[in-house]
Amino acid sequence: MATIAHAKNMQPSRSSAGEALATVGVALLLFASVYAAILVAPEERTMGLIQRIFYFHVPFGWSAFIAFFINFVASIAYLRSRAPKWDWLAVSSAEVGVPFVTVMLVTGPIWAHPVWGIWWTWDARLTSTFVLWVLYVCYLLLRTLIDEPERRAVVSAVFAIFAAFDIPLVYFSIWFFRTQHPQPVIGAGGSLDPRMLDVLLLAWSATLALLALLLVQRYRLEAMRWELDHLRLNLDRPGPEPQRFAAVGNKGGSA
Amino acid sequence: MKNLDSLVAAYMAVWAIFFVYHFTIARRLSRLQDELARLKQSLKQ
Repeated sequence: MATIAHAKNMQPSRSSAGEALATVGVALLLFASVYAAILVAPEERTMGLIQRIFYFHVPFGWSAFIAFFINFVASIAYLRSRAPKWDWLAVSSAEVGVPFVTVMLVTGPIWAHPVWGIWWTWDARLTSTFVLWVLYVCYLLLRTLIDEPERRAVVSAVFAIFAAFDIPLVYFSIWFFRTQHPQPVIGAGGSLDPRMLDVLLLAWSATLALLALLLVQRYRLEAMRWELDHLRLNLDRPGPEPQRFAAVGNKGGSA
Repeated sequence: MKNLDSLVAAYMAVWAIFFVYHFTIARRLSRLQDELARLKQSLKQ
Protein backbone atom coordinates (compact mmCIF):
# COMPACT_ATOMS: atom_id res chain seq x y z
CA MET A 1 0.00 0.00 0.00
CA ALA A 2 2.95 2.28 0.65
CA THR A 3 3.89 1.89 -3.01
CA ILE A 4 0.50 3.11 -4.08
CA ALA A 5 0.65 6.08 -1.72
CA HIS A 6 4.01 7.14 -3.12
CA ALA A 7 2.81 6.69 -6.68
CA LYS A 8 -0.16 8.89 -5.86
CA ASN A 9 2.09 11.66 -4.62
CA MET A 10 4.30 11.33 -7.64
CA GLN A 11 1.65 11.29 -10.34
CA PRO A 12 -1.66 12.65 -9.04
CA SER A 13 -3.33 12.14 -12.42
CA ARG A 14 -2.96 8.39 -12.13
CA SER A 15 -5.86 6.49 -10.64
CA SER A 16 -4.37 5.46 -7.30
CA ALA A 17 -7.84 4.65 -5.98
CA GLY A 18 -8.18 2.12 -8.78
CA GLU A 19 -4.80 0.67 -7.91
CA ALA A 20 -5.75 0.43 -4.23
CA LEU A 21 -8.89 -1.44 -5.27
CA ALA A 22 -6.78 -3.70 -7.46
CA THR A 23 -4.49 -4.43 -4.50
CA VAL A 24 -7.47 -5.36 -2.33
CA GLY A 25 -8.84 -7.51 -5.16
CA VAL A 26 -5.53 -9.35 -5.57
CA ALA A 27 -5.30 -9.90 -1.80
CA LEU A 28 -8.84 -11.35 -1.74
CA LEU A 29 -8.08 -13.57 -4.72
CA LEU A 30 -4.92 -14.86 -3.04
CA PHE A 31 -6.82 -15.48 0.20
CA ALA A 32 -9.54 -17.36 -1.70
CA SER A 33 -6.98 -19.50 -3.49
CA VAL A 34 -5.20 -20.40 -0.21
CA TYR A 35 -8.57 -21.28 1.32
CA ALA A 36 -9.49 -23.43 -1.69
CA ALA A 37 -6.06 -25.11 -1.80
CA ILE A 38 -6.19 -26.11 1.87
CA LEU A 39 -9.89 -26.69 2.54
CA VAL A 40 -11.71 -27.22 -0.77
CA ALA A 41 -9.38 -29.31 -2.94
CA PRO A 42 -9.66 -33.07 -2.33
CA GLU A 43 -6.76 -34.80 -0.63
CA GLU A 44 -4.42 -36.67 -2.96
CA ARG A 45 -4.39 -40.39 -2.09
CA THR A 46 -0.65 -41.17 -2.03
CA MET A 47 0.97 -37.88 -1.02
CA GLY A 48 -1.71 -36.57 1.32
CA LEU A 49 -1.49 -33.07 2.75
CA ILE A 50 1.89 -32.16 1.26
CA GLN A 51 0.44 -32.37 -2.28
CA ARG A 52 -1.37 -29.06 -1.56
CA ILE A 53 1.93 -27.24 -2.19
CA PHE A 54 1.19 -28.03 -5.85
CA TYR A 55 -1.53 -25.30 -5.91
CA PHE A 56 1.14 -22.64 -5.47
CA HIS A 57 4.27 -24.28 -6.79
CA VAL A 58 2.81 -24.79 -10.28
CA PRO A 59 0.93 -21.44 -10.74
CA PHE A 60 3.94 -19.45 -9.55
CA GLY A 61 6.07 -21.34 -12.08
CA TRP A 62 3.65 -20.64 -14.93
CA SER A 63 3.45 -16.97 -13.95
CA ALA A 64 7.24 -16.74 -13.86
CA PHE A 65 7.35 -18.06 -17.44
CA ILE A 66 4.89 -15.33 -18.45
CA ALA A 67 6.99 -12.64 -16.70
CA PHE A 68 10.13 -13.79 -18.51
CA PHE A 69 8.28 -14.03 -21.81
CA ILE A 70 7.21 -10.39 -21.35
CA ASN A 71 10.88 -9.60 -20.69
CA PHE A 72 11.81 -11.36 -23.94
CA VAL A 73 9.19 -9.50 -26.01
CA ALA A 74 10.02 -6.14 -24.41
CA SER A 75 13.74 -6.67 -25.07
CA ILE A 76 13.11 -7.34 -28.76
CA ALA A 77 10.78 -4.33 -28.90
CA TYR A 78 13.46 -2.16 -27.29
CA LEU A 79 16.13 -3.23 -29.79
CA ARG A 80 13.74 -2.46 -32.65
CA SER A 81 12.39 0.87 -31.42
CA ARG A 82 14.92 2.11 -28.80
CA ALA A 83 11.94 3.49 -26.87
CA PRO A 84 12.80 3.60 -23.12
CA LYS A 85 9.36 2.32 -22.13
CA TRP A 86 10.29 -1.13 -23.50
CA ASP A 87 13.43 -1.20 -21.39
CA TRP A 88 11.37 -0.26 -18.33
CA LEU A 89 8.97 -3.10 -19.09
CA ALA A 90 11.86 -5.52 -19.65
CA VAL A 91 13.60 -4.81 -16.35
CA SER A 92 10.29 -4.71 -14.47
CA SER A 93 9.16 -8.09 -15.77
CA ALA A 94 12.55 -9.69 -15.11
CA GLU A 95 12.70 -8.38 -11.56
CA VAL A 96 9.11 -9.40 -10.79
CA GLY A 97 9.71 -12.82 -12.36
CA VAL A 98 12.64 -13.61 -10.06
CA PRO A 99 10.57 -13.90 -6.84
CA PHE A 100 8.08 -16.08 -8.72
CA VAL A 101 10.86 -18.52 -9.69
CA THR A 102 12.23 -18.25 -6.15
CA VAL A 103 8.87 -19.47 -4.85
CA MET A 104 9.08 -22.40 -7.27
CA LEU A 105 12.62 -23.23 -6.14
CA VAL A 106 11.76 -22.96 -2.44
CA THR A 107 8.42 -24.80 -2.42
CA GLY A 108 9.69 -27.59 -4.70
CA PRO A 109 12.28 -28.96 -2.21
CA ILE A 110 9.80 -28.56 0.69
CA TRP A 111 7.46 -30.85 -1.27
CA ALA A 112 10.28 -33.15 -2.46
CA HIS A 113 11.76 -33.94 0.95
CA PRO A 114 8.80 -35.93 2.35
CA VAL A 115 7.85 -37.36 -1.07
CA TRP A 116 11.23 -38.23 -2.64
CA GLY A 117 13.28 -38.43 0.57
CA ILE A 118 15.70 -35.79 -0.77
CA TRP A 119 15.57 -32.02 -0.94
CA TRP A 120 17.13 -31.65 -4.37
CA THR A 121 18.47 -33.59 -7.32
CA TRP A 122 20.30 -32.24 -10.36
CA ASP A 123 17.87 -33.59 -12.94
CA ALA A 124 16.94 -31.72 -16.13
CA ARG A 125 13.85 -29.91 -14.81
CA LEU A 126 15.35 -28.79 -11.52
CA THR A 127 18.70 -27.83 -13.03
CA SER A 128 17.18 -25.85 -15.91
CA THR A 129 14.88 -24.05 -13.44
CA PHE A 130 17.84 -23.16 -11.24
CA VAL A 131 19.72 -21.94 -14.33
CA LEU A 132 16.67 -19.81 -15.22
CA TRP A 133 16.80 -18.18 -11.79
CA VAL A 134 20.56 -17.59 -12.09
CA LEU A 135 20.17 -16.10 -15.60
CA TYR A 136 17.63 -13.49 -14.53
CA VAL A 137 19.52 -12.63 -11.34
CA CYS A 138 22.58 -12.11 -13.60
CA TYR A 139 20.42 -9.95 -15.91
CA LEU A 140 19.54 -7.71 -12.96
CA LEU A 141 23.16 -7.62 -11.75
CA LEU A 142 24.37 -6.82 -15.26
CA ARG A 143 22.18 -3.75 -15.31
CA THR A 144 23.85 -2.41 -12.18
CA LEU A 145 27.29 -2.65 -13.83
CA ILE A 146 26.58 -0.29 -16.76
CA ASP A 147 26.04 3.38 -16.00
CA GLU A 148 25.14 4.72 -19.43
CA PRO A 149 21.34 4.16 -19.79
CA GLU A 150 21.19 3.39 -23.54
CA ARG A 151 24.15 1.03 -23.45
CA ARG A 152 22.72 -0.68 -20.37
CA ALA A 153 19.38 -1.15 -22.13
CA VAL A 154 20.96 -2.58 -25.31
CA VAL A 155 23.34 -4.97 -23.52
CA SER A 156 20.67 -6.23 -21.16
CA ALA A 157 18.15 -6.65 -24.01
CA VAL A 158 20.62 -8.86 -25.90
CA PHE A 159 21.33 -10.83 -22.71
CA ALA A 160 17.58 -11.21 -22.07
CA ILE A 161 16.96 -12.63 -25.54
CA PHE A 162 19.57 -15.35 -24.96
CA ALA A 163 18.33 -15.98 -21.40
CA ALA A 164 14.82 -16.59 -22.75
CA PHE A 165 16.03 -19.74 -24.54
CA ASP A 166 16.01 -21.43 -21.13
CA ILE A 167 12.23 -20.95 -20.74
CA PRO A 168 11.19 -23.65 -23.27
CA LEU A 169 14.04 -25.82 -21.98
CA VAL A 170 12.54 -25.72 -18.48
CA TYR A 171 9.02 -26.32 -19.75
CA PHE A 172 9.82 -29.21 -22.08
CA SER A 173 12.57 -30.81 -19.98
CA ILE A 174 10.13 -33.34 -18.53
CA TRP A 175 9.24 -34.44 -22.08
CA PHE A 176 12.79 -34.52 -23.44
CA PHE A 177 14.60 -36.12 -20.49
CA ARG A 178 13.98 -38.77 -17.88
CA THR A 179 13.55 -36.71 -14.75
CA GLN A 180 12.73 -37.20 -11.10
CA HIS A 181 10.20 -34.38 -11.46
CA PRO A 182 6.54 -35.48 -11.86
CA GLN A 183 5.13 -35.60 -15.38
CA PRO A 184 2.55 -32.96 -16.43
CA VAL A 185 -0.89 -33.40 -14.90
CA ILE A 186 -2.65 -31.30 -17.55
CA GLY A 187 -2.39 -32.30 -21.20
CA ALA A 188 0.15 -34.79 -22.63
CA GLY A 189 -1.79 -37.72 -21.14
CA GLY A 190 -1.95 -36.28 -17.62
CA SER A 191 -5.18 -36.49 -15.68
CA LEU A 192 -6.26 -34.26 -12.84
CA ASP A 193 -9.39 -34.43 -10.72
CA PRO A 194 -11.75 -31.65 -11.96
CA ARG A 195 -11.99 -30.19 -8.44
CA MET A 196 -8.19 -30.05 -8.25
CA LEU A 197 -8.10 -28.41 -11.67
CA ASP A 198 -10.58 -25.74 -10.54
CA VAL A 199 -8.45 -24.91 -7.49
CA LEU A 200 -5.30 -24.90 -9.62
CA LEU A 201 -6.87 -22.45 -12.09
CA LEU A 202 -8.10 -20.24 -9.24
CA ALA A 203 -4.58 -20.17 -7.76
CA TRP A 204 -3.12 -19.40 -11.18
CA SER A 205 -5.52 -16.50 -11.71
CA ALA A 206 -4.50 -15.17 -8.27
CA THR A 207 -0.78 -15.41 -9.08
CA LEU A 208 -1.37 -13.77 -12.47
CA ALA A 209 -3.21 -10.91 -10.76
CA LEU A 210 -0.29 -10.57 -8.31
CA LEU A 211 2.14 -10.56 -11.23
CA ALA A 212 0.18 -7.81 -13.01
CA LEU A 213 -0.04 -5.68 -9.87
CA LEU A 214 3.68 -5.95 -9.08
CA LEU A 215 4.54 -5.31 -12.71
CA VAL A 216 2.56 -2.06 -12.76
CA GLN A 217 4.21 -0.88 -9.53
CA ARG A 218 7.71 -1.86 -10.65
CA TYR A 219 7.20 -0.22 -14.06
CA ARG A 220 6.21 3.02 -12.36
CA LEU A 221 9.37 2.83 -10.25
CA GLU A 222 11.50 2.46 -13.37
CA ALA A 223 9.75 5.38 -15.10
CA MET A 224 10.42 7.53 -12.06
CA ARG A 225 14.08 6.48 -11.98
CA TRP A 226 14.44 7.44 -15.63
CA GLU A 227 12.90 10.85 -14.95
CA LEU A 228 15.31 11.30 -12.05
CA ASP A 229 18.32 10.48 -14.25
CA HIS A 230 17.24 13.14 -16.74
CA LEU A 231 16.68 15.66 -13.97
CA ARG A 232 20.24 15.07 -12.80
CA LEU A 233 21.46 15.64 -16.35
CA ASN A 234 19.54 18.91 -16.49
CA LEU A 235 21.07 20.06 -13.23
CA ASP A 236 24.55 19.34 -14.58
CA ARG A 237 23.98 21.20 -17.86
CA PRO A 238 23.03 24.89 -17.76
CA GLY A 239 20.93 26.41 -20.55
CA PRO A 240 17.57 25.49 -22.05
CA GLU A 241 17.60 22.06 -20.43
CA PRO A 242 14.48 22.51 -18.24
CA GLN A 243 12.43 22.62 -21.47
CA ARG A 244 14.09 19.42 -22.57
CA PHE A 245 13.21 17.86 -19.23
CA ALA A 246 9.60 18.86 -19.65
CA ALA A 247 9.44 16.89 -22.89
CA VAL A 248 11.19 13.93 -21.29
CA GLY A 249 8.91 14.09 -18.25
CA ASN A 250 5.79 13.96 -20.39
CA LYS A 251 7.13 11.04 -22.31
CA GLY A 252 7.92 9.19 -19.11
CA GLY A 253 4.53 9.85 -17.65
CA SER A 254 2.59 8.69 -20.66
CA ALA A 255 4.49 5.47 -21.29
CA MET B 1 -2.05 -34.25 9.53
CA LYS B 2 1.26 -35.70 8.36
CA ASN B 3 3.60 -33.10 6.80
CA LEU B 4 1.52 -30.19 8.07
CA ASP B 5 4.73 -28.45 9.18
CA SER B 6 6.15 -28.70 5.63
CA LEU B 7 2.93 -27.34 4.13
CA VAL B 8 2.88 -24.42 6.57
CA ALA B 9 6.59 -23.75 5.87
CA ALA B 10 5.93 -23.65 2.11
CA TYR B 11 3.01 -21.23 2.42
CA MET B 12 4.93 -19.04 4.87
CA ALA B 13 7.86 -18.96 2.43
CA VAL B 14 5.59 -17.79 -0.39
CA TRP B 15 4.16 -14.90 1.63
CA ALA B 16 7.55 -13.98 3.13
CA ILE B 17 9.16 -13.74 -0.34
CA PHE B 18 6.41 -11.46 -1.65
CA PHE B 19 6.19 -9.37 1.51
CA VAL B 20 9.95 -8.69 1.33
CA TYR B 21 9.77 -7.95 -2.41
CA HIS B 22 6.84 -5.56 -2.03
CA PHE B 23 8.63 -3.86 0.86
CA THR B 24 11.74 -3.30 -1.29
CA ILE B 25 9.63 -1.76 -4.09
CA ALA B 26 7.94 0.58 -1.61
CA ARG B 27 11.27 1.61 -0.07
CA ARG B 28 12.91 2.30 -3.45
CA LEU B 29 9.88 4.27 -4.61
CA SER B 30 9.99 6.34 -1.43
CA ARG B 31 13.67 7.18 -1.90
CA LEU B 32 13.19 8.07 -5.55
CA GLN B 33 10.20 10.26 -4.78
CA ASP B 34 12.18 12.19 -2.15
CA GLU B 35 15.12 12.67 -4.47
CA LEU B 36 12.88 13.67 -7.38
CA ALA B 37 11.15 16.32 -5.27
CA ARG B 38 14.52 17.65 -4.11
CA LEU B 39 15.92 17.83 -7.65
CA LYS B 40 12.78 19.48 -9.04
CA GLN B 41 13.11 22.08 -6.31
CA SER B 42 16.76 22.63 -7.28
CA LEU B 43 15.79 23.07 -10.94
CA LYS B 44 13.19 25.71 -10.05
CA GLN B 45 15.83 27.68 -8.13
